[in-house]
Amino acid sequence: MIVRIATDGQYVLDDDQATELNELDNAAVEAVDAGDEERFHTIFEEMLALVRTAPPLDGDELSQSDVILPPPDLTFAEAGAEFTGEGLIPG
Amino acid sequence: MAGLSGRFSTMIKAKVSKLLDRAEDPSETLDYSYEKQLELLQNVKKGIADVVTAKKRLQLQSQKHEQSLVKLDTQARQALAAGNEDLARVALERKTALQNELQGLDQQVTELEAQQQQLTDKEAQMRQRIDAFRSKKEVIKAQYSAAEAQVRISEAASGVGEEMADVGLAMQRAVDKTENMKARAGAVEELEAAGTFEDLTQLGEGKDDIDRQLEQLTSDSQVDDELAKMKAELGAGSGGGAGELEAGKPSESGGAS
Repeated sequence: MIVRIATDGQYVLDDDQATELNELDNAAVEAVDAGDEERFHTIFEEMLALVRTAPPLDGDELSQSDVILPPPDLTFAEAGAEFTGEGLIPG
Repeated sequence: MAGLSGRFSTMIKAKVSKLLDRAEDPSETLDYSYEKQLELLQNVKKGIADVVTAKKRLQLQSQKHEQSLVKLDTQARQALAAGNEDLARVALERKTALQNELQGLDQQVTELEAQQQQLTDKEAQMRQRIDAFRSKKEVIKAQYSAAEAQVRISEAASGVGEEMADVGLAMQRAVDKTENMKARAGAVEELEAAGTFEDLTQLGEGKDDIDRQLEQLTSDSQVDDELAKMKAELGAGSGGGAGELEAGKPSESGGAS
């Protein structure tokens, strides 16, 4: 799965990493819903760190991402708009 | 793709499809797309230049602050040596306010440096993708039938379109932050122009409005501590600290308090 961190770059995640990312995303949505800013930032940092362990997409590849994470300097207010609904992988 | 990426993806898709709708001839689409990419690259360069300009302005301000700090410290010592504790206190209050301002400035300079680095990385990424797109479009033009080319163009344009949208987002965030800092830098420059951080020799008996504002910003205890320290230094021996100060004659009266 190709994941982009907005304003950063694209990474190629394997299935296990994608599953882990999806779980973190669900937790992030919950944190936002609960208004728990500190918890959200902790989870969001984990998500970014996880994606960055994956190899970056080759610079010569022109591929669309399956998932786009918000920019690393995301504020909690912005997170309210981004992290909503059913999460990364619906269903 | 609901959830966290919904908004962003939609934005990209809208841009890409607009691009593709523009021309019926695939090769025309490709050339148009390529032109757009080069335009964007120019914008990124301009964005980097803006960030660098803002950073330099803040650094210049920071240097001026450093100089003012030294001056205020000197003036406080001179005032104290001359037995004018009130004036010394005002100087130290201003020094404290200025120190806070300086901390904020330094942090902003660091942030701008990060922005600059990020945009520079983005520019390099974008350039690489554009190069890839350029070679790909020549291959597509030369090798594929119109129908097949349309599909391949769509793929390539989607990929590069996402990159374009992402660079656009990085630019936008950099511009927003830079604008905030410019506004702040402007406000500080106004204070400076009003002499807030400047020479105390013009200060009369009465305190002006800026003084009162500054006092609110100031932590009294810090000023008290520093005042006590200066007194101790002055008291410790004449010809000590106060005597070495710039533009200050060696104080004859060792203990000013």
